[in-house]
Amino acid sequence: MENMDIISVDHVSMRFRLASEKVDSLKEYFIKTLKSQISTNEFWALNDVSFQIQKGDALGLIGLNGSGKSTMLKIIAGVLKPTKGSVAVRGEVAPLIELGAGFDYDLTASENIFLNGALMGRSHEEMESYYDGIVEFSELKDFIDVPVKNFSSGMIARLAFAIATIGTPDILICDEVLSVGDFRFQEKCHKRIGEMLEKGTTLLFVSHSIEQVEGLCNKAVWLEHGNVKMFGECKEVAEIYRTAY
Amino acid sequence: MSTYIQNFIKFRPLLNELIMRDIKTKYRKSILGVFWTILNPLFMMVVLSVVFSNLFKFDIEYFPVYLLSGQLIFNFYNEATTSAMGAIIDNGPLIKKIYVPKYVFVLSRIFSSSINLLASFTALIFVMLAMRVELHYTVLLVPIPLFFIVFFSLGVGILLAAITVKFRDIMHLYSVFVTALMYLTPVIYPMSILPEWLEKIVLLNPITNILMMFRDVMMNNTVPSVSSILLAAVEVVVVMAAGLYVFYKRQDTFILDI
Repeated sequence: MENMDIISVDHVSMRFRLASEKVDSLKEYFIKTLKSQISTNEFWALNDVSFQIQKGDALGLIGLNGSGKSTMLKIIAGVLKPTKGSVAVRGEVAPLIELGAGFDYDLTASENIFLNGALMGRSHEEMESYYDGIVEFSELKDFIDVPVKNFSSGMIARLAFAIATIGTPDILICDEVLSVGDFRFQEKCHKRIGEMLEKGTTLLFVSHSIEQVEGLCNKAVWLEHGNVKMFGECKEVAEIYRTAY
Repeated sequence: MSTYIQNFIKFRPLLNELIMRDIKTKYRKSILGVFWTILNPLFMMVVLSVVFSNLFKFDIEYFPVYLLSGQLIFNFYNEATTSAMGAIIDNGPLIKKIYVPKYVFVLSRIFSSSINLLASFTALIFVMLAMRVELHYTVLLVPIPLFFIVFFSLGVGILLAAITVKFRDIMHLYSVFVTALMYLTPVIYPMSILPEWLEKIVLLNPITNILMMFRDVMMNNTVPSVSSILLAAVEVVVVMAAGLYVFYKRQDTFILDI
């Protein structure tokens, strides 16, 4: 079977149980089981979503808040398992779902570089070779031995972005991470992402700014209440999306 | 199966970093730093042996060594399983955002406790030398009981970590359970003071068997019997299998319950 899809999302549905029905203790669990009250209250964040991406594509996910964009990215990144359907990913994923998610705030910036690298499955020696590049890109040379808890949000964003984009991952996932940091840093990030795209990295990009998506992506998925409203060339989707809102 | 092994190799560095982090953050800003891992059990032993050699008189030669060896095994079990129990919940924010094999967090807690175990073991050797307790060749067999207690704790820890995510009550219940378990382990008292019916119960406790093995090689110049080794091996295998099975079955729902 000749199939060059690097990511194929196949009829994926994701169900969440709503927090009001959360059972936290054994006692509650038994009582509720006896009364057969165990969560009948469900919420489908994604509903039968399917799309395919080829290697080298840059896919933008657009949609309003709560349309299931982040859930979709988390499923592709392997953080969540879909309730129904399946996702096949061929290659290494560098997730940037939330900047600084992997940081331990009591450790220094340099210790966090190695910890974060390890979270992506990279060895200490491998990270040594990227170390200087990360320090340079994040412009944190003077603060490298300061615990991250003392950093500003912009500094954390810079460090996290620099770590996540080392090497050339097969797939880069960006969830609204470019909305932080100052103008100059955003530009730098765009440039870095552009370079990665040229090297053949596949990009998955979520943003509320349709301009950013148009600038980076060639394909787009428009999600609405967990359903695919439209999937196709970025320009066409963006045009209809604009007129809709 | 091979994908599991590949995955494990990929995240080996993470295990190292997590263990390093546990140790670094624990002793950060303390002047003596890592020395506390040895000093702490030493001081504890001094306090307890002063209390117990004056309050209760047990007929045991080298009581401080007896007590310290009991504490070494039991405190490791307590520390390792209690910290492993919270491993998934404490790393919740991370598990929600990045894909990492979740057992790595449990493993890192058990292994950083194991480093403390080695430090306590060093302290025990110091005490034995200071008290001029004869060190026998059987001490070289000490990896056997230590191996058993580490993997027994790992089995219990991974099981607790998996079910605590759903049922938080276990956390509170477990500390009571461990206290009861301590009195059912001959940490402080000698087996000889027990009435027959109680001795049977104490012997049912898997930790008792491992602890007696440990004391045999450390103090009594006795090679552990084949039957006690087999018993410990079976107990470890059963606990590990149960832990891994429950953890494997539950791990995909962790993220929904954290």
